[in-house]
Order: sequence, then C-alpha cells, then structure tokens
Amino acid sequence: MKILVAVKRVIDYNVQVRVKEDNTGVVTDNVKMSTNPPDDNAVEEAVKIKESGKAKEIVAITVGEEKAQETVRKALAVGADRGIHVKVDGVIEPLAVSKILQKIVDKEKPDLVFMGKQAIDDDCNQTGQMLAALLNWPQATFASKIEVKDKTLEVTREVDEGLETIEVNVPAIITCDLRLNEPRYASLPNIMKAKKKPIEQINALDLGIDTKPRIDQIKVEEPPKRKAGIKVANVEELVQKLKNEAKVI
Amino acid sequence: MSSLLIAEHNNNEVKPFTLNAITAASQIDSDLHVLVLGHNSEAVAKSISEIPNVKKVIHVDDEIYKNYIAENFTSAVVKHAESYSHIVCSANTFGKNLMPRIAALLDISQVSDIIKVISSDTFLRPIYAGNAFATVKSNDAKKCITIRPTSFEPAETSGGSAEIVKGDAGEPSNHTKFIKKEEIKSDRPELGTARIVISGGRGMQSGENFKLIQDVADKLNAAIGASRAAVDAGYITNDHQVGQTGKVVVPDLYIAVGISGAIQHLAGMKESKIIVAINKDGEAPIFSVADYGLEADLFDALPKFLAELNKLNTIQK
Repeated sequence: MKILVAVKRVIDYNVQVRVKEDNTGVVTDNVKMSTNPPDDNAVEEAVKIKESGKAKEIVAITVGEEKAQETVRKALAVGADRGIHVKVDGVIEPLAVSKILQKIVDKEKPDLVFMGKQAIDDDCNQTGQMLAALLNWPQATFASKIEVKDKTLEVTREVDEGLETIEVNVPAIITCDLRLNEPRYASLPNIMKAKKKPIEQINALDLGIDTKPRIDQIKVEEPPKRKAGIKVANVEELVQKLKNEAKVI
Repeated sequence: MSSLLIAEHNNNEVKPFTLNAITAASQIDSDLHVLVLGHNSEAVAKSISEIPNVKKVIHVDDEIYKNYIAENFTSAVVKHAESYSHIVCSANTFGKNLMPRIAALLDISQVSDIIKVISSDTFLRPIYAGNAFATVKSNDAKKCITIRPTSFEPAETSGGSAEIVKGDAGEPSNHTKFIKKEEIKSDRPELGTARIVISGGRGMQSGENFKLIQDVADKLNAAIGASRAAVDAGYITNDHQVGQTGKVVVPDLYIAVGISGAIQHLAGMKESKIIVAINKDGEAPIFSVADYGLEADLFDALPKFLAELNKLNTIQK
C-alpha cells in the first residue's frame, strides 16, 4: 500500500497565542511554529504501518507558504520516503486545501490518506472529511486505533458517547486523534538523511485550483477576560461562598 | 429562504446537543426545518415536531440510517439541501464528522463551531483553542454552519406542532460498515451536560486517589472530569478528558482539583459559570481563571470539603 500523509505548519501548541493590536489576526512573527500535533500522530501511524510490512511507500505533503516545507522535512526524518510541497501564500481555507489534495491524490494514487483530525490554529476540523467527499471515498475520523486488514481497515473512533468501530474499504481517508499513538522523535542521523530525501515543489496555481477565501475574517479579538477571583482561606469559607454567594450548591 | 438542521438521535430519543443547535439555527433563520434520518425513528420525528422553534420536520425512515454513517447521511442531506439558505448541525463528533462532507459536495466553505450568531452571514467563532475569537462573514450563497452546543441554551421541547413530512433517502455507501459502539455507561450525569463538574489532574497522583473526587461527585451529583495529564498518566479513562482535545464543558460549577491549568485544559472549561481551583501551588495558572481559589493540599482539602458539604441541610440537584 501507499500512504499519503498531510501535515500542516501551525503555531506551536506550547505558545500562548496573542491577538494583534489591530485585530487582523494573531501574532506569528518570531513565534515558534511546528507541525500540527495530530498530524504527527498521522505520520507516526503511517510509519508504523510501513514498519509492519503493510505499506511500501509514505509520501508526506503540505500546502502552504515556503516555510511549511519544514513540516514535510520533519515527516521525512521520522520515516516518510519523499515529500510534496504545494506552495500557496496567504490564507487558504480547508475547502481549497481539500481540492488541492484531491489533485495530488489523482496523480499519486495512494491507497490511504492520513492527516490530523483538526488543526490547532483555525480549529476547523474539515479537510479530511471534505477530501473524502470530493474523492467519494469512505472516511474514518477521530481515529484512536487502526487495524489494517487485506482490503479494509478497522478503525476505532473517539465519539462523544465513547468509542465507535467501523470498517472502511481501501482507498480511504483517516483523520487521527492524539490518542492513536505516541509520535517518535527523529534521531540526528535520520534528520541528516532526511535532508537528502526529495521534496517536489508544486505551485497551487499550476493545479488550476481557485484558492481565494470564501470567508472574510472581519476581526480577531481577545476572548473576554474572566473577572479576577479571590483566594479563600479554608474549606469552610469555600463551601460558605459556594452556598451563599455563588449559590451553585 | 429557510434553514435545515440535521438532527442527532439514537432512533428513540433526540440527543441533547441538537436542542442547543436548534436554538442557534432559529436565530439564523426563524423558518427552521429539521431533517431526521433514522430507522424506526417515528418517536424522534414526533418529539422534534413538538419543539416550538421548529416549523417543519422532514422524516426519512430507511434501514440505511439504523446506524449513523456520515457517508449515508451526506447523500440524503445533499438531496434535501436545495431550497435552503443554511445547513446547520451541532459541532460535536456527530456534526464535525458530517458537515464538511456535505459542504464539500455543495462547494461551500464551512463555518465551524460558532458561538454566536451576529447576522445570517456573520458569526463569532473561537480559534486557537479559544485563545482568540474571530468574527467571520461567509460569502457563499448557501452556508454550512456547525454550532458549539454549550454556547446556546437548549430549545424548549414542548408546545409546538410542526408538520411532519416524509422525505426520500439518499444513496447508501457500500464502502463503510458500522461494527459497534461502546457507550460508557454511568449513573452520573454526562460530562458534556452536567450542572456540576469536578475534575482531577496530575496532582491526584494515582487512579485510586480519584476515589476522593468520586465521593464529592456523589454528594453533588456531579460529572467527573480530568486533565489530559491525568488521562495520559493512566489515572482515568480518556472519555473524562476536559480540554481542547477532550470535551468542552460549561457547567454552573467547575471544580479543578490538582490541575495546574495548561492552556489546552483551560480551553475546555474556562467558560464555566463558577470555577473553583484547589491546588497546593499558589502560582498555578488555574488560579487566574478561578472565582474561588483554595491553596491547599488536595488530600487534606477534599475530605474536609466533603465533610463540610455533609453539614449542609440542602444541596441543589
């Protein structure tokens, strides 16, 4: 099998995000960026499947500005075989990303496409499902366990009520939950080797996809701050406040 | 034009978050129609028809909707979507799984997880795990919207009498098969809708120590939550996780015990009405969002807290 893994470059999850003073977005200058966390799980799962002998090739892809390539390079360092970088500048919505990925799938003909369930920047949670729809492929979202069978996958999904298990025929799109696995770190020799692996650059315009946003971001604000609370001296005071002041118990 | 809301249900009952989504959808367009895709699901269609905000129920009953498969739901929604200006559902795992599939086939750029309706094309939504709020305007002629359920009150469930019409099923998919759902059964209120939530973090030090949390939860009829750190440490199962990667909760009272308050945890609980933090580290970030902070060793404070609660004559349920 051949697995295509999509990764996205986002503000690192440990960074406290700050809103720009002019309310046009969040501060990204001089801010640490890294691969979207569940995308790391997607790469890890693909590598594990390859290690088990069930996949032959892993292609990592990203869509974004020049520096987005770093995320593909990282995937190459943990086990992807080659990379694709579709270059787009500026804001790109999940619908346009999924149309670009559709073009790449048509060309690369993978059996599986993996990606994180959600990007932690725009929190849209759309791309995987949209790609599945455009390709008319089955989807298994929020995967926390994947069992590769002959021509199918058995996938356990994290749903509100607990866990759901479905079986999808290959080819399929899988979006990965953080609980799927523990992503490995790249070793230094593998980081060096990854520098020699090929990354194909494609300009989004050459794919004939209109990436113009359909949604205007009118303004971005700080969320309302909570009023400063108080420290209570002891448990008695806490219970008394909850009972008589907040009236919640 | 009218709005079409996709109901979530188990063929017997409407799921609670659908009621919150109905409130939001009727703010977008008061001519709200609800699509019920199910099998032997007459009771669901009937109960939705009694919701005053609902003007019409389209009921599609077919074997292929016995279990929820996004592929099967999508083809039916697309079939019924034509005369609607907005397609709406809740932004829980049901709607997150479904709506983008619909939006892509209709060539619509979806607006996910809105927390406020500003106008029929402009919405407020959290980004960066709630660390920023974006006001966004959709320029697509037809709009696909998912709604963060905890940001809207549930709709009234009685007094309405909307007409119920039968609708056609969509094409079933042969590529996805439902195998099983393992629901976690509990006598406690559900985490997502509980009035009181008490959560433990890494400070609990072990799974056995969650007994202290359970005792207080029993007394308050509260749901039990946990931080990602507690889940990762194996103290408690992941369905209890509150945060960006777990559940977003908005209870009347949230009690955080031994939780430092990582950004990703705060994203899941900071909209709670009253927040209590019990932590021995007075500098822990959780205190910055707490209405009442108690700097104390939880192993000392929790038994005392229970003892004080036991002294009260009445406790709200």
